[in-house]
Amino acid sequence: MATTTTAPKLKTHVGERIRRTEDPRLITGAACYLDDITRPGMLHAAVLRSPYAAARINSISIEDALALPGVKAVYVGKDVESVGGVPCAGSMPDLRIPNHKILAGDRVYYVGHPVAAVVATDKYIAADAIERIEVDYEPTELVSDPEEALQEGAVKVHPEYPDNVAFTFSQEGGDVEEAFRQADVIVKEKILVPRLAPIPIETRGVVAEYDEGSQELTIYSSTQIPHLLRTQLALQLNMPEHHVRVIAPEVGGGFGSKCNVWAEEALAAFVAMELKQPVKWVESRRESILVVAHGRAHVDTLELAAKNDGTLLGLKLHILCDIGAHHQLLTPIIPTLAVLMLPGLYKFRSFKADLIGAFTNRAPSDLYRGAGRPEATYVIERMVDKLAAEIGMDPAEIRFKNFPASTDFPFNSATGLQYDSGDYATAFNKALDIVDYKARRAEQEAARAEGRLYGIGISTYGEICAFGPSPATPAGGWESASVNVEATGKVAVMTGISPHGQGEETSFAQLTADALGIPMDDIVVVHGDTAKVHYGIGTFGSRGISIGGSALHLALQDVVAKATKYAAHMMGVDAETVTFEGGVFSSEATDSTLTLADVALEAHLCRQLPPGTEPGLAATRFFEPSNFAFPFGAHICVTEVDKETGEVDIQRFVAVDDCGRIINPLLVEGQIHGGIAQGLGPAFQEGVIYDDEGQLLNGTLMDYSIPKARNMPWIETDRTETPSPVNPLGTKGVGEAGTIGSLPAFVNSVVDALSPLGIEHIDIPMTSQSIWNAIHERSRT
Amino acid sequence: MIPASFDYSAPETLSEALQLLGDEEAKVLAGGQSLIPMLKLRLAQPARLVDLDRIPDLNFIAEDNGTIRIGAMTTHHQVESSDLLAEKCPLLAKTAGHIGDVQVRNRGTIGGSVAHADPAADYPAALLALEAQVKLVSASGERVVALDEFLVDALTTSLEDGEILTEVHVPVEQEGVATAYRTLIQPASGFAIVGAAVRLGVSNGNVSFVRVALTGVGPNPYRASAVEEALEGGPANAEAFAAAAAHAAEGVDVLSDIHASAAYRASLAAVQTRRALEDAAGSA
Repeated sequence: MATTTTAPKLKTHVGERIRRTEDPRLITGAACYLDDITRPGMLHAAVLRSPYAAARINSISIEDALALPGVKAVYVGKDVESVGGVPCAGSMPDLRIPNHKILAGDRVYYVGHPVAAVVATDKYIAADAIERIEVDYEPTELVSDPEEALQEGAVKVHPEYPDNVAFTFSQEGGDVEEAFRQADVIVKEKILVPRLAPIPIETRGVVAEYDEGSQELTIYSSTQIPHLLRTQLALQLNMPEHHVRVIAPEVGGGFGSKCNVWAEEALAAFVAMELKQPVKWVESRRESILVVAHGRAHVDTLELAAKNDGTLLGLKLHILCDIGAHHQLLTPIIPTLAVLMLPGLYKFRSFKADLIGAFTNRAPSDLYRGAGRPEATYVIERMVDKLAAEIGMDPAEIRFKNFPASTDFPFNSATGLQYDSGDYATAFNKALDIVDYKARRAEQEAARAEGRLYGIGISTYGEICAFGPSPATPAGGWESASVNVEATGKVAVMTGISPHGQGEETSFAQLTADALGIPMDDIVVVHGDTAKVHYGIGTFGSRGISIGGSALHLALQDVVAKATKYAAHMMGVDAETVTFEGGVFSSEATDSTLTLADVALEAHLCRQLPPGTEPGLAATRFFEPSNFAFPFGAHICVTEVDKETGEVDIQRFVAVDDCGRIINPLLVEGQIHGGIAQGLGPAFQEGVIYDDEGQLLNGTLMDYSIPKARNMPWIETDRTETPSPVNPLGTKGVGEAGTIGSLPAFVNSVVDALSPLGIEHIDIPMTSQSIWNAIHERSRT
Repeated sequence: MIPASFDYSAPETLSEALQLLGDEEAKVLAGGQSLIPMLKLRLAQPARLVDLDRIPDLNFIAEDNGTIRIGAMTTHHQVESSDLLAEKCPLLAKTAGHIGDVQVRNRGTIGGSVAHADPAADYPAALLALEAQVKLVSASGERVVALDEFLVDALTTSLEDGEILTEVHVPVEQEGVATAYRTLIQPASGFAIVGAAVRLGVSNGNVSFVRVALTGVGPNPYRASAVEEALEGGPANAEAFAAAAAHAAEGVDVLSDIHASAAYRASLAAVQTRRALEDAAGSA
């Protein structure tokens, strides 16, 4: 019955700096990560990997391994032939997809290629048994370098594809040849974007369990995409999808590396079904650096045509992407994003890009935080700086000159994208003001007079986010959300995104709290379990809040509409007269009010179901965006280079980012900070090093350097908020912005510092050694 | 990243530890900051680890007739934060502060580091400049050896089977001698690409005492005698420091690896030596 209790006036949550509700369990160690999972009778698997980049396998002897007490089984390629290959979602007409078996057949193609799997009663026995497998490898010729792979007469990675071409992709807009004819100045550069190891704190891992009675296969995997994984596993194992349940437990970081379908996932599933015992496989750090798809891996050649006044006319780009020996899920797609975003924030009139993917005897490459956009942003921001230096124009001025105006939006880019909304000059001006650009240039002049190497680096970046409209994505770009108001008035939100550090349990609860007028403590956000959340795509491409949050927004609207109907019926008034605010239904037509809990209970008891209404107070909605969203911003970095040692002192780092409407500034800043760390890494330290034999030379964290706390500069963040028109929340996404925006600022700053020596470009990572080399070579000539 | 199986003992006295080391396949665990990674990569597969961590007698810093004795199991953090060392042997304390990171400094020990003899470790630069000695104890007796005799080659020392390094001896710093340590680290591991330790005494504008030692440059940390000779008795000024520091890698088979070329290391050796000399002169 209607009561007259008044709910307390609740403050709004959206836009507030609310601390992450996830954190207490993470900080206290109460969270359950993959390796915390244990199941009755669980076995442990280990994978033997090829030490050669290319070899024929003449024979594999497993007897010694099997003889070790505690070893249950050893599997080699021929044992798992019934399992489908590792999927690849590319769609170019000339795409070549070599059969990517979950264990090698009679050949291995890269160091780390899985050759055999041991299953034992504990992980120590499994590790010992691995060493007892004897493989007779016959090393064959190989090609490690992608440029060599495309040369005539190069060794064939896959004999069936003699030119080592995995795919090609071309795109053209405007009349680029005419632009180059009209140009006053053409600048050229070859820019290397090295392979990066993703290095999530938690490596990959799988627990597979099969229930013979229900025929249900449960896969716990440290994944970003539980639903897509379910579909793919069902296909690989030839099972109905309804018999596969995928659970993503607490996931300790992914950075794109877990937005994939991995051989070991199907392998663990196969083993669990074969042995009828649960099995766990957890990757070592060494395996992770060796084989978890490296990101980037470009050799880019650029030509930029412009007028002497700085007007950008045309751009030619050739991308050579080192894809490794096999495709992973999105390998061919990622470099196409670099093509699409190459014009950056600028009004290019014409554009031509050719992309070629080359097979090499290296581990597969695929997406890594930013996925295509850092590559694009890095090279265009370098080229614009190079042009500015060439024509003697200030790098800030040349950017302002080529931005579309805020009134030009939606803005059609040279590559055919429609940038949703933007105000580039305002964000850039804000960053220039914070860093006090004129004062810094004056300081630079004084420093140079003293012979010091002082640099100011600018990056004005744009990115493509909120993936995305389904026709433009390989596996559906929508997202789902369900809201269930329980009989007690508490609320469960089920989302198809699969957060792994982004904090959407918090931001989704904020949206829900405001929409329903209830405290965040009364809300649970459920994700990462295909049995609890029936539909979903997952978390990648900075899509969580924009796509998943928008689906939630729609579902919340439905719930409020239905609850309002109930409330009106309960109060005996016309639904049009009922308002809902702060969790309370009221009507001008009556003094009585109802809380959401009052209505929820009635919706479950159904003692007076309104006509034309179904029981319950729940809604499920799907959101399909009309376009991508296009965040942007300006990062400025001030550095001083030590001439004698090549060390770089980062004196200032200013980041002004615009990710549209902000639900939680604290989460946004966290993403920006972490993202900048992952721009700093490739700028100064990161990059896997392969030798000519295809051996990874820096395969441990003693040699592969990721940023440490001591490396981080103080980050001065600020923002502008330009809402996106392509989703109801107006958000754009921020998961990758810091990584995309920061890298060019670091590099441009160092190049600016070194420019008095005549240095026009330096490839990343700009280690102290490579900077010293550049200085040294100049001082010698 | 799972070690081969091994037995583990954690004796509480040195004599027990020595007894356990009678087993040829045994290896001493003294903090584990290098050994544990080697075990996990299966680069080392000892049958037994003898952990010295529970032997209280091996963890101390004491002054004794002009010598400071440091127990082998004294952590880098303890060395870094010791008031006694800060006052009487500041070079060692400041060098310890450069080692690895906080976690490494909390677990790693001076004895473990010296006995492991990594050619890029920080301690040997300071210890060679300090003309340190190490005390080696076995079931049959003990001996005290100068560090430059103890360090034979990369990862190789004159430690005999069955011997344990129990103490490191450094002198109380002389009156009027100032010290400095300069390093450029390999960013992944935190080890020195080049580390230069300097002790410098200046009297009436001339160098009255100088010790210079470097780590990371060659297959062994070393005393840079050529630098010392160039400076001894001469003027203590920037020109002299630069001229002397140019000899920092003289006669050294300079290392080259994925992190630093030989040319870069040699150049850094001179730069960091000069800067360390300037630091020391500035703080004198």
